Amino acid sequence: MNAFLKILSFIGLLLTMFPPILIFMGKIDLDTTKLLMTIGMIAWFSSAPFWINKKE
Amino acid sequence: MPSTLFKKVIQETNEYERTPVPAKSLKSSNSFLGMYAGEHTAGTEFVIGPLFVAHGVAAGDLILGLLIGNLLAVLSWGLITAPIAAQKRLTLYYQLERIVGKRLVIGYNLINALMFCFLAGSMIAVSATAVGILFGLQMPTLTDWMPRTSGWIITVVVMGAVITLVAIQGYSYVARFANLMAPWMILIFVGAGLIGLSQLGVNSWDSLVSISNEVIWTGIPLEGMSKFTIWHIIFFAWFCNMAMHIGMSDLTILRYARSWKYGFLSFAGMFIGHFFAWIASGILYAVFLQANSSSSAFAPGEIAFQTAGIAGAVCVIVAGWTTANPTIYRAGLALQGIFPKTATWKITALVGGITSLAACFPALVMKLLDFVALYGLLLMPMGAVIFADFYFAKRFDFQSEQALNNKKSFSIPSFIAWILTLIICLGLNQFYGLEIFFLGLPGWFIAVALFVGFSKIYYPSAKLKMA
Repeated sequence: MNAFLKILSFIGLLLTMFPPILIFMGKIDLDTTKLLMTIGMIAWFSSAPFWINKKE
Repeated sequence: MPSTLFKKVIQETNEYERTPVPAKSLKSSNSFLGMYAGEHTAGTEFVIGPLFVAHGVAAGDLILGLLIGNLLAVLSWGLITAPIAAQKRLTLYYQLERIVGKRLVIGYNLINALMFCFLAGSMIAVSATAVGILFGLQMPTLTDWMPRTSGWIITVVVMGAVITLVAIQGYSYVARFANLMAPWMILIFVGAGLIGLSQLGVNSWDSLVSISNEVIWTGIPLEGMSKFTIWHIIFFAWFCNMAMHIGMSDLTILRYARSWKYGFLSFAGMFIGHFFAWIASGILYAVFLQANSSSSAFAPGEIAFQTAGIAGAVCVIVAGWTTANPTIYRAGLALQGIFPKTATWKITALVGGITSLAACFPALVMKLLDFVALYGLLLMPMGAVIFADFYFAKRFDFQSEQALNNKKSFSIPSFIAWILTLIICLGLNQFYGLEIFFLGLPGWFIAVALFVGFSKIYYPSAKLKMA
């Protein structure tokens, strides 16, 4: 479960990082960029809270 | 993780409040690297970058100014604050108390708490500009000092109440939330900057250079704004955290460092937050100005929403929140030092109330650069006193830790150094037109000289030997 959550968080960060690169390269439009970043945000916030503070 | 170290400091305040941090409690370099990167990529960055654009900074001046100013800030942490922290390993407050006396520390705490309230207030206002999008709030403009609408007041008061309630729950919840935010927020800053560049038509190095110069940092200030030069950028980047480095506030954090060299790890905060994030937020503002040329609104929430969509607006809300919350907590701690018998939650509630009230006034956001400079300037002389006490007591033959050694609760040399420095700085500002951003440097030397001079008069070393 923990591994799945971490993968989901990682996907969230990728969806935050790559759309801006793709729009900068002219591969996608602004609306798609915003949508993908919103999905990335949801993925990050729905998974990271369950593992990121676990050590503490 | 960004705020783990701060959390540790907060939780262990009682443990090592009046004793040096023992070797077993020292922290690794990773803790400091994360803390500096997280703490300096925050809500204020959404305001500072756009304000540079509004003040008409030229692109070359911005880049060079930030490189030099941030380097000077890192050197200040590394060469001035950290060596004292690593040798003494005491909190700022206790070290001050030993030098300036308990009563003067109360005055210091009071000003510190008030400044923290205003800073937190500005962050609540920043968050409100994003929350307000949902309700179609009329946003404040660059020249606004007073709230425009009752909707604005209601929004910031409700947000202030929620943030205060969370702060009352204690620091650990806030720290966990900040840990969660940090990696995502840094990526949003960088990503939004890239989106902004694409929106402005940048697709090659040549276009980056020309658009930077002609569209983003044009060198021409917006109407009603003063002109910023490279000197403004250098001194602002250097002194925006003046209270923390040469003001010695970070003694409390850096006393946990295994080596004095950890002070240089502040480069993570300076060159991620105070370089890339300021540049990125400036680009976002330029995009906003291009799309809304007739708008004079200055609303970080709207600016980020326009470029990065919902993720951008959410980033502004939580960036403001995660900055406001520990700041409220710190203000509460400073006040707790004055009223030790009052319950923590009551102090935090009071601080939250003052903060929410302050947040109603957009002037705190619009004048954030001036406020940050003033905040550092007000507290800096006490840092200069600690520096002079540490390095010059033997060399200039006066007593180190004079309040402790003479059982005084009020050190006259420290008081004179503090007040007279501020009066002289005010004079330099009023009569010689030296802007507030530049006062920190002469002010620090003045404070050191005054403290050394008056300490030699009031507490010469011979007096201690005779006693």
